[in-house]
Amino acid sequence: MTILGLPSELWFEAVMFGILLGCFYAAVSIGLSVSFGLLDVPNVAHPAVMIVGSYCTWALWDRGLDPIVAGVLLMPLFFVVGVLLYRFYHASFEKRGTEAGVRGLAFFFGVAFIIEVGLILIFGVDQRSVQAEYIGSSLELGEYRFPYRMLVAFGVALVLTFALTLYLSKTFTGRAIKAVAQDEAALRLMGANPVRIKQWAFGIATGVSALAGAMLIIVGPVEPAMDRVYIGRTFCVVVLAGLGSMTGTLAAGLILGIAESIVLMHPDLGASWAPAVAFSLLLIVLSVRPQGLFGR
Amino acid sequence: MRFWIGALLLAIAAGALAVSGVNEYFFFAAYVVITYIVLATAWNILGGYAGYVNFGTPAFFGSGAYAAVVLFQALGAPLVVQIAAGTAMGAALGFGVGVMTLRLRGIFFAIATVAVVFIMETLMINWRYVGGATGLQLQRPEVMAPFATYARMLFFVMTVMAIAAVGIARYIQTSWVGRGLRAVRDSEEAAEANGVPTLKLKLIACVVSGGLMGAAGAPMPMYLSFIEPASTFSLNYAIGALAAPMIGGTIHWLGPVIGAIVLASLQQIVTVTISGEMNVLVVGVLLVLFVVLAPDGILGLFKRWLKSSSR
Repeated sequence: MTILGLPSELWFEAVMFGILLGCFYAAVSIGLSVSFGLLDVPNVAHPAVMIVGSYCTWALWDRGLDPIVAGVLLMPLFFVVGVLLYRFYHASFEKRGTEAGVRGLAFFFGVAFIIEVGLILIFGVDQRSVQAEYIGSSLELGEYRFPYRMLVAFGVALVLTFALTLYLSKTFTGRAIKAVAQDEAALRLMGANPVRIKQWAFGIATGVSALAGAMLIIVGPVEPAMDRVYIGRTFCVVVLAGLGSMTGTLAAGLILGIAESIVLMHPDLGASWAPAVAFSLLLIVLSVRPQGLFGR
Repeated sequence: MRFWIGALLLAIAAGALAVSGVNEYFFFAAYVVITYIVLATAWNILGGYAGYVNFGTPAFFGSGAYAAVVLFQALGAPLVVQIAAGTAMGAALGFGVGVMTLRLRGIFFAIATVAVVFIMETLMINWRYVGGATGLQLQRPEVMAPFATYARMLFFVMTVMAIAAVGIARYIQTSWVGRGLRAVRDSEEAAEANGVPTLKLKLIACVVSGGLMGAAGAPMPMYLSFIEPASTFSLNYAIGALAAPMIGGTIHWLGPVIGAIVLASLQQIVTVTISGEMNVLVVGVLLVLFVVLAPDGILGLFKRWLKSSSR
């Protein structure tokens, strides 16, 4: 029996793999969900920064560290980079006001290209990958196999989502970040400095992408130009989620992951169609429901 | 009037150059530079005048190129028909993307245009008729007199196209469309409240811009006598078309022309003397520098210099 051209026994596998893949997509998008979703910074360089995280992870792994540990150790460094990047962006664009939109977008697009070529010049165009005990082996349950590398990404995604959701709703700074997203002028009237809160939040978003980058290289080989296709995946997840919703990000990641995994396993479609899934989903959401599935 | 006399003289000069004894490599390199003039001018109609950033130049450019290839393969259509088809394809794509996303904030339009690039690329990768992922070798038809080689003819054709593109951009800038687009850029709400038909104007700009990009892409397969999805839909076109107006200046039609000539010539030099990667780096670095330090581009710097020297 086949449903939509995919044999029914493959459906279960496609959905299971899609859930794992979807959590991974949520993990790589959650930083953008903070920087673009909450702070309204058009950070198209987010995937490129994440790839830098992957290469840094590779460099630390090459010196004997476990990739996950490397990713966690890189987070504070990336936090500082994020704070500096935001300060620079704010001073150059947000402060000047008019037309910040066009120039800000062009700025991040330029930064993404500089990062990409920088990585090519340092590491070359070849793919890089890391090795660890949990990479390459699978958990076998009956006739189904779940690669440990996907399970690791799955776990990290869940931890990140719940940590960020809790942070944003329970802590003082977290609530301030949400407040700055809702009404910056009101926050200023309350005597708080929105720029300091935003730079802190942007730092968190960038710090998280270091760990996301580590996940990326754990899940599969990484190459410098990979940020291009991840622009689509991350923005698809963030827009689909409704800007700034953390649990929405997880749900949107799952939708994308399952859709992509079905296309991957579909006998008539396969891997050559997979990159278009995220972008098509993004276009559909933008034209039908631009506020996202879980947006206000 | 002066503009069109200058344009005519430029076209005649380009024609004379194409039949002269100048080294063949000149035409090969100049073709790329002129392509960027068309792309940057087209980008600026929407990006500079209306303030809507288009990251999707390769989608329009590539769909023009593939429209040309399909007509050439199916009917052996001549170059003029190929260019017309490329223009129509780019304009249709511009209309589609515009209708879907131009109601939203600029950032969503920008992201949607990236999406269109990858969707078009995936479609072409999976379309056997145009060669799929491996691409297609094309047999150029006989070159028309008085041109000695195909590259010389394409150089002349592209110059005429660039003049037409700049003419259109100039017309839009000075007409009611341009005034409306400027109002959109400065404050969309205020424009709408004053009765400016913002969506209609943005759509016109998007269609014209997309059509010109499609036209610029149409001769590309003949120029390379080859077509293949990965390089046709490369985001390098996107950053080039965006960076040139940003570097030259986005307010005046002359800005993208200056930016494209400076940037593309520099890229040609860097590609030959250093490497292909470096030429993308040059674009990225120049773009960031100009956007941060000289928001009004070379034209803005020039104006400031005029002001300070007259004082």
